[in-house]
Amino acid sequence: MSMKHQTPLLDELEKGPFPSFVKEIKRAAEHSDYAQDLLGLLELSYKEKVTHWKHGGIVGVRGYGAGVIGRYSDVPDQFPGVAHFHTVRVNQPSGFFYTTKALREICDIWDKYGSGLTNMHGSTGDIILLGTKTENLEPIFAELSSRDWDLGGSGSAVRTPSCCLGAARCEWANIDTMSITNEITQHYQDEMHRPAFPYKFKFKVAGCAVDCIASIARADMSIIGTWRGDIQIDQNEVKNYAQSGMDIQKEIVDMCPTECISWDGSELKINNEDCNRCMHCIAKMTKALRPGSEKGATILLGSKAPIVTGALMSWVIVPFMKMEPPYDELFDLVDRIWEWWDEHGKNRERVGELIERLSFTRFLKDVGLDPQPAMVKEPRRDPFFFWSEEDVAK
Amino acid sequence: MSELPQRQTDIGPPHYEQFLPPVIKKNYGKWKYHEQLGPGHMVHVAESGDKVWTVRVASPRLLSTDTIKDICDIADAHCDGHLRFTTRNNIEFMVDDESKVEPLMKELTEKGFMIGGIGPRISNVVHTQGWVHCHSAATDASGLVKALMDDLGEYFTTKSLPNRVRLAVACCVNMCGAVHCSDIALVGVHKTPPRIEHEKIKNLCEIPSTIASCPTSAISPDPQKKSVKIKIEKCMYCGNCYSVCPAMPIADPKNDGIAIVIGGKVSNLRSNPKFSKLAVPWLPNTPPRWTETVAAVRKILETYAAGAKKHERVGEWVERIGWEKFFKVTGLEFTLQHVDDFTFARETWRMAATFKW
Repeated sequence: MSMKHQTPLLDELEKGPFPSFVKEIKRAAEHSDYAQDLLGLLELSYKEKVTHWKHGGIVGVRGYGAGVIGRYSDVPDQFPGVAHFHTVRVNQPSGFFYTTKALREICDIWDKYGSGLTNMHGSTGDIILLGTKTENLEPIFAELSSRDWDLGGSGSAVRTPSCCLGAARCEWANIDTMSITNEITQHYQDEMHRPAFPYKFKFKVAGCAVDCIASIARADMSIIGTWRGDIQIDQNEVKNYAQSGMDIQKEIVDMCPTECISWDGSELKINNEDCNRCMHCIAKMTKALRPGSEKGATILLGSKAPIVTGALMSWVIVPFMKMEPPYDELFDLVDRIWEWWDEHGKNRERVGELIERLSFTRFLKDVGLDPQPAMVKEPRRDPFFFWSEEDVAK
Repeated sequence: MSELPQRQTDIGPPHYEQFLPPVIKKNYGKWKYHEQLGPGHMVHVAESGDKVWTVRVASPRLLSTDTIKDICDIADAHCDGHLRFTTRNNIEFMVDDESKVEPLMKELTEKGFMIGGIGPRISNVVHTQGWVHCHSAATDASGLVKALMDDLGEYFTTKSLPNRVRLAVACCVNMCGAVHCSDIALVGVHKTPPRIEHEKIKNLCEIPSTIASCPTSAISPDPQKKSVKIKIEKCMYCGNCYSVCPAMPIADPKNDGIAIVIGGKVSNLRSNPKFSKLAVPWLPNTPPRWTETVAAVRKILETYAAGAKKHERVGEWVERIGWEKFFKVTGLEFTLQHVDDFTFARETWRMAATFKW
């Protein structure tokens, strides 16, 4: 099929070594009217330096309030192929592993009912099927769900949980991130598909403090694997690193943030009591050092991007939780947090912002968590603290 | 329409186990160590002695089904029909025998895939939808990534840096990409307040929630017009009102542009996770190649590469040398926009008499 629209600006982005998204859209345009008109619309944006998409309308599949993002063009007459261009979010399998059979199946459904364009994957983790018409949504959902795929979250709901690949291929995984993520997703299907919260709620599960899934920056609840006990040392492997050119003093000892490591040229010693488990030494000497044996997770809460009152990173609310199926302790905590957020949260207020507004102390008290030094960077600087009735002499 | 299969609801995603390559399934949770073998391949060794070799290639994230099927063909030919994607949208091919690595890499290279992204270098760029699919995009995302990575591609495929450098692009301040905690990141920004379409607002928007959406209380009711008014001097162009009320468009082609923020990280390695901070407040939106922005990123990256110690991330390097020195060595201009006047402003002012000349 020849291209319907002239796209001189986009054509420039077919050149160069990095894989080209323009080539991708053109490939899809060989068999898709949606992609043909997407090229035309995008070229117009490149020319005018402005977007040509309107706010999403409410579209979806029967019984769900989430999983589809409505999208309409503001120039439908010029580009009828993308007058409707809704996104379908398909819940990815934990860890982003696929068989080619499963991927081909999704592709075939999408070629039949949509633009043939995808994002592998969206920012939250879903498989994004990019662009279809309202009347195709039910058929797509029937085709997908009959093959065991389901939609992800959107709107004021639990958003599709995601994780690093953890135990599947990483020696640093302190928790089974893929299992936990799958269990959370299955446990909260209703909360994902039928938005009933003040705003969105994201879970991200990282196997260690390296945090390849960016949970501390991008999840309302960040679950980060950690350990208690001593880092296991293989002294022979330490020597091998030294012999193969690693400057252990400079690269390991001097870079340890808590100064708890020493090296005398033949033996590496770690004062584990002073270790804060940052992962630097383990990540650099992966053959020689391994996390301690008592595994679990630190639970942090509250991160989000800057809209509205500034970006937040998650902070510690549970220093150590054992993470073993059926994860009752975690679910119990989440339910208490949601109940509190539901009760006090304003429309479009993330849980982290609510805690900022009402105070962390009130959150701890209401949700039933005991204060611990691990929850703060430092104690308060001001003398303005509250007492309750029972603290005061009558 | 042909007969549709029976739909199911609330079944959740398929269980991940069925998608794992056999060597991964067998050694799940029993990995011992891994080694980087090159810019784009590595080997993981299990307690059992089994090994899995991984080859990583770049992806534009926006993929046609045709390309996904091509990728599947490669995985069928070399990887027994298995593959995965990374959290930064790279594609990973895994094999269970060393002899399979070279033919796999050969075919990937022949087919034009860019192998790399592992270790102390640039990995794939996390980014958002941009003009391809978003109503609030102040710039495009896919195009910026393409322009950036065409220029910096050698840092993905061959050249190494003091540590990994995480790039991200967000097409507006909603930051659906991880811009607020990345080493070097671009964000589409506005410079002018929203316009109020008084005629449309009555039908399209809920006045109280529009007023409540403003983080600086710049929006107040305008009862005469049954609309709202904006205190212009309070507006910092975040566009949150436009997210709530479509009758307050903020896009302004002449003034929308790109800000560069740097020094963020999410890992806890050595130093705590850090937010990105403003390096360049505004550069013009110049598709299709965004030459000013690409040049500024290269300048920052190369200054970091020259000045940082081994293992230092961009933010760690800047904190060691000091921000005042960062502006000096990069030659970037320090402006009024760099001084924080928002929620967490006070924490960012220099409450000490120590700084470098």
